[in-house]
Amino acid sequence: MSIYYSEEHEWVLVEGDTATIGITQHAADQLGEIVFVEQKEAGDDFEKGDDIGVIESVKAASEIYAPVDGEVITANEALADNPGALNESPEADAWIYKIKLSDMSQLEDLMDLDGYKSFIG
Amino acid sequence: MTDTPKRTPLYDLHVELGGKMVDFAGWEMPVQYPMGIMGEHKHCREKAALFDVSHMGQVILKGDDVGTQLETLCPQAFATLKEGKARYGFFTNDAGGIMDDLIVSNAGSYWFVVVNAALRHQDIPHMQANLAGVDITEIFDRALIAVQGPSAEDVVGALCPAARDMTFMETIMADIMGATCRVSRLGYTGEDGYEISIPEDRAEEIARAFLAHEDCEPAGLGARDSLRLEAGLCLYGNDIDQTTSPIEASLTWAIQKRRREEGGFPGAARIQKEISEGAAKKLVGIKPEGRAPARQGVEVQCANGHTIGAITSGGFGPTVGGPVAMGYVSTNHATPGEKVNLIIRGKAQPAEIVTLPFVQQNYKR
Repeated sequence: MSIYYSEEHEWVLVEGDTATIGITQHAADQLGEIVFVEQKEAGDDFEKGDDIGVIESVKAASEIYAPVDGEVITANEALADNPGALNESPEADAWIYKIKLSDMSQLEDLMDLDGYKSFIG
Repeated sequence: MTDTPKRTPLYDLHVELGGKMVDFAGWEMPVQYPMGIMGEHKHCREKAALFDVSHMGQVILKGDDVGTQLETLCPQAFATLKEGKARYGFFTNDAGGIMDDLIVSNAGSYWFVVVNAALRHQDIPHMQANLAGVDITEIFDRALIAVQGPSAEDVVGALCPAARDMTFMETIMADIMGATCRVSRLGYTGEDGYEISIPEDRAEEIARAFLAHEDCEPAGLGARDSLRLEAGLCLYGNDIDQTTSPIEASLTWAIQKRRREEGGFPGAARIQKEISEGAAKKLVGIKPEGRAPARQGVEVQCANGHTIGAITSGGFGPTVGGPVAMGYVSTNHATPGEKVNLIIRGKAQPAEIVTLPFVQQNYKR
């Protein structure tokens, strides 16, 4: 397993040709208290940069941008009832999608943890 | 605003308390503290919260007939406003729209007016040009802080015993820690509380003393917005503007009977006509049924799919525990209980027209 990070503050945990994706703790902290998550459904496919969901905090609505091309295997349904989990454990229980990767080479464009840490300063 | 944002006398305290500072109407203000908008909001409803509202314009009016003169610009009955009382009002334009909303206090030897931060540059010249024989002075050397919530009487009363005996919309000059302050029992959260005008060099010390009370926590602009929205209170620029009339804005209650009958204020023709015949659209509460917040600009459709209006303020209501909104809809669809749809990101989300406020107002009458 290896983990990658995007400049849109998402993490991508890769296992074979599938991945789990979510937002980073840094992103969750910046968004503030999260009150609503809108997700795509299993089977929906998307390309890198597509808007694949919305996170609403008490302050504002923010899009989730796809870090890579892929297809939704499962959306984390627990977030519908408990969107606040995204503030508490965005890098663990509160993952957003499990996806099937369609272009493994795109992972090379993402950052590793050290790269992400220096990216957010 | 391209100018460097201004700082209030409490700027250093906000930073020390961990306030997240943002530019608001040309002022560097805390949007929230480490407690977070949700926590600050709930703390205000349950105990007490302290807000810095020093960015608002404080103005002193002096003259023989200030109340009567103000009636030429506003549809409120200020000529009969008793000494020691405050009243909510608004400047109207010739087309019957709202130029700004304000609080006017009769302080006896002078009058005290508080206007919105973003509109002080409009309102003060407007008063100077139109209030005959009235001397108008904007105050720059006083902070304005609001202490709001069911514990506000204890928090403020501990340092200012006279504040305990006041009722809603009363205003006095009182000593707080040796500083002469204007203490008014009002606010914009729907809760009991006070707004206190304090000499700038004593503001931080007095704010710290209020915050030392175990029930009082600092709250930022984020909580102030969600509190006023739940309380059904209009935000100038969102819910009311130069085009919306007081009748459309459901602010007819703020126009006293004599003024409704006599007129004599800008836009009286439209306003009096709408009072008797109604307006085509009306500001209402809108409660989304799901969890998705409906924000400013969201289209409102009737059950048949026709556009009937738009959201002007909307977000998450921490006390309600779900999304809340206000907006204008056609008057024939403005009856509480009417089912509507909100078009959020292209999808219709069910909602209902409701009576404002979302949370019962808790004033000390």
